[in-house]
Amino acid sequence: MNLHIAAQINSFLAALVLLTAFGMLTQKRIYGLIHLFAWQGLFLSLNTAVVGFVAGKHHLYISSVLTLSLKVVLLPYILHVLINRLRIRKEVETVVNIPMTMMIGIALVIFSYHLTAPIRELSTLITRSTLAIALATVMIGLLMMITRRHAVTQIIGFLALENGLFFAATSATYGMPLVVELGVALDVLIAAFIFGIFFFHIHTAFDSLDVEQMAKLKESD
Amino acid sequence: MTLNPMNLAGGAISLLLAMAVLALFLHRNQRLLNTLGFIAAAAASLAATAAGVWVVGGNGTSRAVMSIGLPDLPFHLRLDPLAGFFMTVVGLLAFIVSIYSIGYVKGIMRQRPITRLVIFYALFLAGMFMVIIADDALFFLVSWEIMAAASYFLVLFEDERVENRRAAYLYIVVAHVGAIAILLSFGVMSGLATGFEGFHGFTFDAMRQAQFPAAWATAAFLLALFGFGAKAGVIPLHVWLPEAHPVAPSNVSALMSGVMLKTAIYGMVRVTFDLIRVFPWWWGTIVLVLGLISAVMGVLYALMQHDLKRLLAYHSVENIGIILIGIGLAMIFRSFDFPLLAALALTAGLYHTLNHAIFKGLLFMGAGSVLHATHERNMDEMGGLIHHMPWTAALFLVGCIAISGLPPFNGFVSEWLTFQAFLLSPSLPSPLMKLLIPMGAALLALTAALAAACFVKAFGVTFLGHWRGHNNPHIHEADWCMMLGMIMAAALCLVFGILPTLVIDWMDNVPEQLVGTRMGTTAGAFGWMWLTPVARERASYSGPLVFLVTLSVIVIAYLLLHVRAGSIKRVPLWDCGFEKVTARMQYTSAAFSMPIRRIFGFLFSIREQVKLNPAAAHRTVPGRMQYTLRIRDRFWGWLYRPIIDISFWMSRRVGRLQQGRIQAYLIYSFVTIIVLLIFMR
Amino acid sequence: MNFYPFISEILQIGIVLSIAPAFAGWVRMVKCWFQGRTSPSLFQPYRDIRKLFAKDVVLAENASWIFRFTPYLVFGTTVLAGGIIPMLTTDLPLSAAADVIVLVALFAIARFFTALAGMDIGTAFGGMGSSREMTIASLAEPAMLMAIFTISLAARSTSLSQIVQVMYSGQSVLRPSIAFAFLAFVLISLAETGRIPVDNPATHLELTMIHEAMILEYSGRHLALIEWAGMMKLTLFMALGAVLFFPWGIDVSGSASGGVFAFFFLLLKLAASGVILVLIETGLAKMRLFRLTEFLGSAFLMATLGMLSFFILE
Repeated sequence: MNLHIAAQINSFLAALVLLTAFGMLTQKRIYGLIHLFAWQGLFLSLNTAVVGFVAGKHHLYISSVLTLSLKVVLLPYILHVLINRLRIRKEVETVVNIPMTMMIGIALVIFSYHLTAPIRELSTLITRSTLAIALATVMIGLLMMITRRHAVTQIIGFLALENGLFFAATSATYGMPLVVELGVALDVLIAAFIFGIFFFHIHTAFDSLDVEQMAKLKESD
Repeated sequence: MTLNPMNLAGGAISLLLAMAVLALFLHRNQRLLNTLGFIAAAAASLAATAAGVWVVGGNGTSRAVMSIGLPDLPFHLRLDPLAGFFMTVVGLLAFIVSIYSIGYVKGIMRQRPITRLVIFYALFLAGMFMVIIADDALFFLVSWEIMAAASYFLVLFEDERVENRRAAYLYIVVAHVGAIAILLSFGVMSGLATGFEGFHGFTFDAMRQAQFPAAWATAAFLLALFGFGAKAGVIPLHVWLPEAHPVAPSNVSALMSGVMLKTAIYGMVRVTFDLIRVFPWWWGTIVLVLGLISAVMGVLYALMQHDLKRLLAYHSVENIGIILIGIGLAMIFRSFDFPLLAALALTAGLYHTLNHAIFKGLLFMGAGSVLHATHERNMDEMGGLIHHMPWTAALFLVGCIAISGLPPFNGFVSEWLTFQAFLLSPSLPSPLMKLLIPMGAALLALTAALAAACFVKAFGVTFLGHWRGHNNPHIHEADWCMMLGMIMAAALCLVFGILPTLVIDWMDNVPEQLVGTRMGTTAGAFGWMWLTPVARERASYSGPLVFLVTLSVIVIAYLLLHVRAGSIKRVPLWDCGFEKVTARMQYTSAAFSMPIRRIFGFLFSIREQVKLNPAAAHRTVPGRMQYTLRIRDRFWGWLYRPIIDISFWMSRRVGRLQQGRIQAYLIYSFVTIIVLLIFMR
Repeated sequence: MNFYPFISEILQIGIVLSIAPAFAGWVRMVKCWFQGRTSPSLFQPYRDIRKLFAKDVVLAENASWIFRFTPYLVFGTTVLAGGIIPMLTTDLPLSAAADVIVLVALFAIARFFTALAGMDIGTAFGGMGSSREMTIASLAEPAMLMAIFTISLAARSTSLSQIVQVMYSGQSVLRPSIAFAFLAFVLISLAETGRIPVDNPATHLELTMIHEAMILEYSGRHLALIEWAGMMKLTLFMALGAVLFFPWGIDVSGSASGGVFAFFFLLLKLAASGVILVLIETGLAKMRLFRLTEFLGSAFLMATLGMLSFFILE
């Protein structure tokens, strides 16, 4: 396929990634969050494959398969199991109400667009315009971690943040060296396991996963 | 004496001043005073309107110098297209309101003497005309003060009530704070015009020639924005508007809302586009942001009101916001050097100025008729007035439709032009602007929709349904003078809405003077029926066609259906078969705006309390219920309370100087003498 | 002088007037099929309207002229809106008289008068309907404007025939901004036409009525006009979506055969949009009034994302 169509597919998938990021920001049900996260991983792996095909970097195919297996299959499965074991309530509680978080999300997108403007002037890659989307996804992931009260949803925010970083790597430099990618993937997997262990600890200590409860750990009151 | 615009305007002002003096002598004969005074005011306004129309249409700039004033500082007068435009706006509404006043003041005459009203009314109009025609800082400020003082006395007309006095006091304080800012701004500009030596920099001509360094220009602009913004009612300096406008007599409220606020807009446009001329893009952004905030907050405040005139006053805040949006966009386009787009945005802002004057005047005149007939300002005590006052209701409806920005009336045309100006923003080179300005467009759409909701509420609760009050007053229709005024305003609303190309063609000299481009060539390119601001493929609107097609469909449908002449049966209302419907079961204004209050309530401090006193019988049987709703402006707490507290604290501190004992004062004089002797050796 | 555009204009208005009840019948039929019920005939709405025209008008004693005028005004503005949207051909003379912002304003003035008529009789139902309807409208307006903005960015115009022409001749199939604008448009049309999840058009329970509450007191030919206008509004919104986002099949050459083809394509697109509408309505439940801020907020979000992706990605 020629460059033009590839660029269009790239843009379209980037827009879908941003849409799923916003969807996760405003989603109220935990299963919905996990599904959206899986979709985001799917779009990312497709995007990586397309970029690998066009740019001729074959190691991106391996990253694509890695992303697919890890973020679309394995991590959602682990999270499902976690939620079932801990018998968590299926609703998400937020700190700020939903329309306000949407507005902040939009402001973050505008901000990241403004920030990456100089890079867009200088870059020669076809993926240069998606860098703004990637940065926005990172910030939205961080916003998700801030505005959620539930520990499981905070980890999904963390994973979404990592998605954004991966996306940024693809857009800025056509991916990282394969060794780095493997390392990062392994780190994320280990992090998921460690999170799972901590969740059990928190749950037994406080009998809930509401992170506001951890404020009880303060020295003074 | 030749007949030229300057002489016409001068004649109008002199007639008004003469009338003010003459009124003192006619104190005995109130009826003659009423008729003569307002006819003179109407004649003067008509002359001023003619002068304004002439100047804008003919593009001549006339100047004059009058040797009144301080020695060596005569008064300069200038009538250019910008001044002519505002002269037309003020004169047109003043003419209509003066005709209206003849009937309205007859009602006031029964309760108290109206000499004060006539004197200060004439002075108020004279002051406004003088502000517009002034060409130097001294004359401008003198006229500004005359306008402010006259309007203060007009607001204070019914001074036996405490809240009226407090409202007038707040008004004069804010007006003077604004005037100080304007004075400082002119001071900065005139000082820089002469390099801080000599006094001749105070003329506007000298300021036009001067080149201002960036920091000083910014200081002058911000001071002018603050000063004129305080007069215009821009948030957060709007607090005096909803207090002062309702307590004044309705014809005065119509003028204050309709044209006094516009003189502040005139001042802003004059200072920015004419005197300073070269400005960076962020000035326009400040104006745009202030306009957006005023528009949204203004309409939200209006939705919370149940006093008809207060609601209308808050809507003035909203519409000033919309005007500032147009002017801010014009400034942004101008600073990025897009003259045609700047002309479009400026035309949108100025057209809205004209439209707002007419429909706000119409609405206040209608509210005055309602007040005149029912002696009530609270909407929740009214209802069903359409049956007793059909003409007033129909004309008020025209005003409601116009202010909601709906076709075919004039409010729609200026909002359409503003939207078109917004939609042209992608031409800007700055990426941040390109992304943020569409958000502004969305906020303007929100404002327009909320304004429509507010006026459904206002018209519906006041005129439709059943009478909600306790007593049954005898309600009569307004008399023919009041009716004539309202009919004229409504007709103008329709004409300005259907024939926008004519108005834009006429006012084209104003953008030409200010940004250097005319819009009329593209706007009227396809003939008088089509309004095509930039290009025909881009956007086009045909006011006459939309109006005529809708009207013809309505007429055809009506005729086709009436041919059968099916009968119409009048029965008691159905209400799903619920029999015991009382007038108190209707929606009140607080009830109507409840969903919006829930959604947007976080912008105010709202306290809603329901106290239930259960009847003695049982817990579940409700007895009397007491519902309190208190909505407060957050700006009082954040901005005004602290400033008031600090100024009282400072004045208490300084007050300690006044000891009361004579030794202290002697010591002050002694110390001063010694200090002077040391430093002036 | 070329009469063809005027003929196609009158033809289009006639077509809108005649197929609107059939479209409403089609939506009802598909909904019944999905829910496993037997449906009324496709032409039942025609019979309903004819019956209403034949009946007498029963008015409350204190109904004013606004109550009697509103059905005609709503009908007139909807007919004009039907004449503005280019459905069969892009060479539509009335389309130059009003662009998409005027279209939104036409629906707004119809809504304004309907809300006034709701308050006219002086019952609590009418006030409730008017209050809720105006609130929903004020939340939907920013989203609608942002969607219009996004589309006009791509088409560089707000004139409907110009937009359709640009969309028709555009080579790009996958444009994120247009896709987002389409999603936003779907959500907004649900709000504007009063379908589930915003309002239930078939309900007669007080707490769930919005549009029905405003027109509760109407009868006879007034009610016929309002019902007909409601069906036309639904048809027009579906047609607008079909023509703006899927313009293939429309006639750009100005020939009669092209017009006939365009008519069949229009019927096909309307049928498909009816099915999609029923899928959405059956799959969702009616939302609480105060949940609608999130619903319309997501519509605004979609439209804003569309606008942002236009600048960022294209």
